[in-house]
Amino acid sequence: MRAARPPLPGWLETLRLRLFATPVDIVVSFLCLYVVWRISLPLVDWLLVEANWRGTSREDCTNAGACWVFIRARFAQFMYGQYPVPERWRVDLLGLLAVLAAMALSWRRLPRRREAAITALVVLPPLGILLLHGGWGTGLALVETREWGGLMLTLVLTFYAGLIAIPLGILLALGRQSRLPMIRFASIVFIEFWRGVPIITVIFLASLLLPLIMPTGFNVDRLARAVIGLAFVIAAYMAEAVRGGLQALPEGQVEAAQALGLGYWRITRLIVLPQALRIALPAMTNEFIALFKNTTLVLIVSIFDLLGIAQAALADPAWVGMNMEAYVFAGAIYWFACFGLSQWSRSREKRLQTAYGR
Amino acid sequence: MKFLRDRKVRDVLWQVLATVGLVAVVVFFVRNASDNMVKAGIASGFQFLWRDSGIEVPFNITGYKPSDTILALLWTGIVNTLLVSAAAVVVATIVGFTVGLMRLSHNWLLSTLAAVYVEFVRNIPLLFFVLFWYFGVLSALPTPKESYDFLGIAFLNRRGLSIPLPNDVTGFRLALIAILILIGAQIVLARWAKARQARTGRDFPTWLVGFVLCGLLPVAALVAAGAATSWDVPSLRGFNYRGGFVLVPEFVALFMALSTYTAGFIAEVVRGGIQSVRQGQIDAARALGLTPGRVVRLVVIPQAMPVIIPPITSQYLNLIKNSSFGAAIAYPEIVAVFMGSALVATGQAIEIIAITLGIYLTIGLAVSAFMNWYNARHRVVSR
Repeated sequence: MRAARPPLPGWLETLRLRLFATPVDIVVSFLCLYVVWRISLPLVDWLLVEANWRGTSREDCTNAGACWVFIRARFAQFMYGQYPVPERWRVDLLGLLAVLAAMALSWRRLPRRREAAITALVVLPPLGILLLHGGWGTGLALVETREWGGLMLTLVLTFYAGLIAIPLGILLALGRQSRLPMIRFASIVFIEFWRGVPIITVIFLASLLLPLIMPTGFNVDRLARAVIGLAFVIAAYMAEAVRGGLQALPEGQVEAAQALGLGYWRITRLIVLPQALRIALPAMTNEFIALFKNTTLVLIVSIFDLLGIAQAALADPAWVGMNMEAYVFAGAIYWFACFGLSQWSRSREKRLQTAYGR
Repeated sequence: MKFLRDRKVRDVLWQVLATVGLVAVVVFFVRNASDNMVKAGIASGFQFLWRDSGIEVPFNITGYKPSDTILALLWTGIVNTLLVSAAAVVVATIVGFTVGLMRLSHNWLLSTLAAVYVEFVRNIPLLFFVLFWYFGVLSALPTPKESYDFLGIAFLNRRGLSIPLPNDVTGFRLALIAILILIGAQIVLARWAKARQARTGRDFPTWLVGFVLCGLLPVAALVAAGAATSWDVPSLRGFNYRGGFVLVPEFVALFMALSTYTAGFIAEVVRGGIQSVRQGQIDAARALGLTPGRVVRLVVIPQAMPVIIPPITSQYLNLIKNSSFGAAIAYPEIVAVFMGSALVATGQAIEIIAITLGIYLTIGLAVSAFMNWYNARHRVVSR
């Protein structure tokens, strides 16, 4: 037998164990290093070193790298779409309100946190629509939804579709677990139908069928159609996420509550949902991320969200050949938003696990 | 109101209420729809399927022509959907398993690279990748004259990927039959070997024989078939490549986006499945003196597969549904040619939507029926 070699000092030993433990490991590690080298070097060159930062037009981009001048020139469009410039403060104001509300509500020691949350959820959504849309006797200039666009539209779609999808999903999940056959059957049909078809067809379907099945003269806004289509699909997926939480709940919880004489709705509200939703939160966050990613599909019915604006910007004759810059910028925003959300959900999950000592 | 306290009465009441509500909503929508359709002068029915379509489909392997019926157009769309899905499923599985196993490597660099890949593709919308490949990568490719040349038989340029076609396919047909027979022989052999080992304890090199039967011999058969026929190799004539078969850029872009995106999700499934095998199982297998290869083959894989297969099937299903993203770049799959072109041409919104959704639901039902069958067969019996 070979004598065990003495361990190297400190971090060198870690490095050896994790990268150069066996001959195969050494080869693999160097191959990986080579791949990283070959990918990251040109990438960094293009993104930063050789990139063009200053200027106002395409002619200012003289270096070989990315032309970030293009993003700077079009930045406002990426954020607001065709929203009229003098009215953009309304978008900013709403964004500020939403961020403030979110920050206040995530502060754990906020007095009357529960009531505040309910108030915010009741007041903010209609206020948001009034503020962005204007008209309807608010004294604000009317801004049609077809002028909305960019990141603002992506967030609006996500927020309102989520606002419908989450409660609807919870109801559907409860319906699927119901002991009443009729309600169970209806929930299963609804969930499986929307889960079985591609979202793109649902957005098509919503934009074509909603005007058809409404009474003549009753016009459903184009954007609202997309929101409803998205919301239905995500609600179905959300329902399955919540069902996971409901099924993970020990039977004894409900039985104990029944023994105490509580009725169905009270058991659901006070015993079942608080625990089930906590268990289902990671899965629900995943569905929410999926919703955020799928808002891009409204491009198919000519609504220009962030990706749509990036796509439309490519057609500008003054900025020919900026495909990569536009995609990298839009892609980075999506990536940071989704990655941030999933990290938040993971850290929360960990905290809860330690809190429950599992 | 005392009878309301009876649970049975309340149950019935709730259900009646729900049913009446649902029926009322449906009746309301249907009546509006028929009113609106009468006003717009749209006749309902499925006769339009037998009308001439007059719609060009630039990429089809069904031999479809614009003078064919709309039904033929629909069939072309279905074939194109299945074509891109099948190609992407194969590549996504290979890449996904590789990346998933890489993530479990004890080599820090390798597992980090895999993690970066997974986090990269999973946190960006699929539509982004589709557009990126189509408008970002493929439109930046050179003109046909300056094509990338792969060994003088395949050519990549902004008009797509030109690949050679065999002039005579009888050899390939024979090879396909031979491969099916070989696979059948392998299944019979594996059963026999398993039964014999259970009876006598004698081992049989099933995997080695299987590698020859299902790996080497089929390749040999395909090579032989390829050598037996002449090939139609694409060549540059004028401004474009003629001959062979052209995979249009729409196909290539959708295929690349679907396979790389789904691979990220499959990698996570594979990782989760393998991690679900308890360490004790592996330790016990090692303690019995099994070689590392056998530990993986006899202990890890049989326990990981039942965990991996169901979510992977639903990833396949997602991939098939996601192939509809091709509509965004005009790849002629079901949604683009039928819900798009045919709907615009005929105006039969309700019928076309119903047929399209019906197709996807049928595919979904078929896949989940398979999944249930598989689950029932491979459920791990816990004692």
